[in-house]
This record gives sequence, structure tokens and C-alpha cells, in this order.
Amino acid sequence: MPRLKAGQRHEVAFTLNGVAVRGEAEPRMLLTDFLRHVIGVTGTHVGCEHGVCGACTIRLDGVATRGCLLFAVQVAGRDVKTVEGLGGSDGRLSPLQEAFRRNHALQCGFCTAGILMSLDDFLEKNPSPTEPEVREVLSGHLCRCTGYTGIVRAALETAKGNADA
Amino acid sequence: MKPAPFDYIRAGSVDESLDALHELGDEARILAGGQSLAAMLNMRLVRPTALIDISGLRELDRAETRDDAIEVGAACTQAALSHRLSREGRHPLLEAALPHVGHYQTRSRGTVCGSIAHADPSAELPLCLMALGGEVLLRSRQKRRRVPAEAFFLGVISTACAPDEMIEAVRFPLPKPAYGYAFDEVSRRHGDFALAAFAAIAGPRTIRMAVGGVADRPVSREWPMLEGAALDDALNAFAWELRGQDDQHATAAYRRGLVRKVGRRVIEEAMRCRG
Ligand SMILES: Cc1cc2nc3c(=O)[nH]c(=O)nc-3n(C[C@@H](O)[C@H](O)[C@H](O)COP(=O)(O)OP(=O)(O)OC[C@H]3O[C@@H](n4cnc5c(N)ncnc54)[C@H](O)[C@@H]3O)c2cc1C
Ligand code: FES
Ligand code: FES
Repeated sequence: MPRLKAGQRHEVAFTLNGVAVRGEAEPRMLLTDFLRHVIGVTGTHVGCEHGVCGACTIRLDGVATRGCLLFAVQVAGRDVKTVEGLGGSDGRLSPLQEAFRRNHALQCGFCTAGILMSLDDFLEKNPSPTEPEVREVLSGHLCRCTGYTGIVRAALETAKGNADA
Repeated sequence: MKPAPFDYIRAGSVDESLDALHELGDEARILAGGQSLAAMLNMRLVRPTALIDISGLRELDRAETRDDAIEVGAACTQAALSHRLSREGRHPLLEAALPHVGHYQTRSRGTVCGSIAHADPSAELPLCLMALGGEVLLRSRQKRRRVPAEAFFLGVISTACAPDEMIEAVRFPLPKPAYGYAFDEVSRRHGDFALAAFAAIAGPRTIRMAVGGVADRPVSREWPMLEGAALDDALNAFAWELRGQDDQHATAAYRRGLVRKVGRRVIEEAMRCRG
């Protein structure tokens, strides 16, 4: 049974936003630190490191979850999607990101990457959500400067846009 | 904050996990969804020297009906159980309680058994297990045993699970015909841990209620069918027996008030839901 020793670095190969990447991590290294400091992809933010604020939310095999409650070694062989994976390779924003811009759903942007990743997962699984359902998902995120009204509006507008398209 | 160093063991089977637990005992911790454990590691509230990751074990990723109970394996997430129940519509109490367990983003990895193992006094799933009179299936390399919920929860984050044991599954008894079930809780914000949580079961001749978040573990009581002032008196006595304490979230007096008022409302709802 694979036993990765404390204090040593181990190779972790996984798929990040559709591209195969690899890096080395001690077992105790959080996925968030691994992404930011080892892989060098800094869109995923870190707030509380105990699962409460939601800034670090990523998609692991498609499922929105906290990056700060995962260890890098746990994602070996798996598929990770971060905020960098939302827009087009030409820098175009995704419809959800566009809706955030239109609705003033961000201000400082600290919470935004995590919220986008939650909504990316949620809207894929629930294409026509109600406002209470969107608010329920947002209860897993703290935004300290924008307020949630614009965020809720952006989510609902994206869902409607997807339905009309 | 960052965790202290630990070895990471990715278990390939239940047997491998049990071998590792046997070898390492209380030096090691099972890592399931990590939604409580990783936070405790990050805050250095615990410093195990090894983690045994069971989250990828297919053989534990199950939720099935067996002998009048839903048996949920140790890798089944809260979200997976929730989806399954809402499709089948067969367990009103668990269906009502699961949306209160953390958030969309934590239920996606957090496991049902991990919540039982963690035994937070205000957690919803231990409360439901207690109200329903469920069981915990424990396994070590040497033996398997079944522990009733009443004997499993010993205090704040303390259970009957020995250092060389793991929870293999938990069993939530299925609802019985002619019984009504209800759940509610009071928390500061949706998804926060409850200041007090209530699960009530009303039968043809009995009322049973479990309360979480007040004592150091979920506690249940059963009464013959009571109404009016007699029910108020029973709830008042129960509220005092729970010996809730003042903390930064609420006073003991406020929590007693919740047991009397919200507890009664939940019992009345269970009575209305009787088939
Ligand atoms: C922001 C936030 C809000 C939350 N709110 C709530 C809430 O309102 N209500 C609530 O109930 N919970 C809440 N939680 C905690 C809940 O999400 C966890 O899922 C649950 O407490 C633990 O399950 P886990 O699978 O994540 O276990 P882990 O975190 O992996 O493990 C928790 C503990 O149980 C042990 N353990 C796990 N599985 C087993 C097993 N099979 N056998 C033996 N030991 C085992 C571990 O060793 C560890 O000690 C919240 C968490 C966060 C981050
Ligand atoms: S940094 Fe992960 S939830 Fe706050
Ligand atoms: S935009 Fe600043 S915290 Fe949300």
C-alpha cells in the first residue's frame, strides 16, 4: 500500500484545466499552496484555511470542493479545474464571468474565484435554479465587500442566458 | 496555518486500512472527507503521525436498504446520500436534516460516517442516528461489532470507536408506517453549526425527541403521548436535564428556551406528519 513519508517530497501528477501537470509536494502540503506556490497558478485564493470562507473552492473531478481541505497528494491522477479554466484560451470570459462583470458581482475579487467555481459546478448540474437555491449554494461563501445581490443576479442571469441560447 | 508533518497512506482496501490502524493505533487517523479533520490539522488541534485515506475506497461507497435500515458505507458522501434519498423519497427525517449539514461545497466530500465519527455535539447526523435508534458498524483487524447510537456517543468529539477500529457503515432505521418525523434547528446562518437541533418522532402512542447542540452529545427522550401543559412540563424538565452551558454563541437559558419552544414545534410537526 503506498505510504508517502512525512518530510519528503513526492511527485504528484494530475490534470489541471485540461492540461497534464506535475510537481512535488510533502504529504502535508495543502492543494491550495501546491497550486499557488509549486504549480504557480494563483487564481485560487486562500482565506481561512478551515473550510469556512470558500475562497479556495475548486472543482475536483467536476465536484466543487474546498482546496484548503485537500492535500496535494490526494489529487494525483485526478482532474482539477480552477478559475483559470473558465475563460477561453484567447482570454475571453465565460458567460458566468461576463454576467459577474455586468452585474457588479465583484469588487475586490478576493472571494470571486471560489464563488465562480461553485456556480460553475452548480449551474451545470442545475441549469434552471430558483433564487433560494442559488442563495443556498452561496451560503458556502463569504464575500465581505460586494454583498450578495449582484452575485445572485449574475448566477440567475447566466442560467437564463444558457436556457435561451 | 499548516498541518504538522504526517505520513500519507492511500488505502487500497478496507483490509489495508485495518492493517495500518492495527500497526499505528492512535498515532494514525482515518481521513474520509477531510471536512473536519483537515481543518483540525490546519489549526494543529490534532497532530497524527499518519493519515489513512479511505475516501477512494469503492467498497465503502454505498448506501443501501438492508433489514429495515439504510446502511451507509464509510466513503458515501453526504451529497450522495441526499441525492439518493430525494430520488427515492423514503426517509423524511434524513432528507430534512441533510441540507443543514454544512454547505453544498462541504457535503460534496464530507461523508456520513465521518460526521458520526467526528461526533460534534451539534451535528445533525449523529442527532438523527440517536433519534432513530440507529447503529454503528465498527471493524478492526480482529473483529466486527455493532454499537447502538446510545452507547456510541460518549462526549464532545468522543466516541466508542477504539484506536484500531474504523466505522465501516452506519445504519439509519427506515421510517415506520403510522409514525411521523420532523427536524429543525436554530443557527446563526444557514450551514453554521446549530445552537440547538431537534429530531422528533411521533408514533401512535409515543413521542421521541433527540436534541443536539445543548449537551455534550445528542440526547434522546421518549414519552407516552403527551399534550398541552403536560408536554410543556416534560420539555421543561428535559431542557434542564441537558445541562447546557453558556458559550460565545448562546447562553444556557436561551438554549433551554429553544428546547421548550422549538422542541415543541418540531414534536407537533412530527404528530401532523403521522401516516
Ligand atoms: C464550513 C463548514 C461547515 C460545516 N458545518 C457543519 C454542520 O453544520 N453540521 C455538521 O454536522 N457538520 C458540519 N461540518 C463538518 C462536516 O462537513 C464534516 O463532513 C464531518 O464532520 C466529517 O466528515 P468527513 O467525511 O469530512 O470526515 P473527516 O474530516 O475526514 O474526519 C473527521 C473525523 O472522523 C474520523 N473518521 C472519519 N471517517 C471515519 C471512519 N470511517 N472510521 C473512523 N473514524 C473516521 C477522522 O479520523 C476524524 O477524526 C462543516 C464543515 C465545514 C468545513
Ligand atoms: S481558504 Fe478554504 S474555505 Fe477559506
Ligand atoms: S468581492 Fe471582495 S470579498 Fe467578495
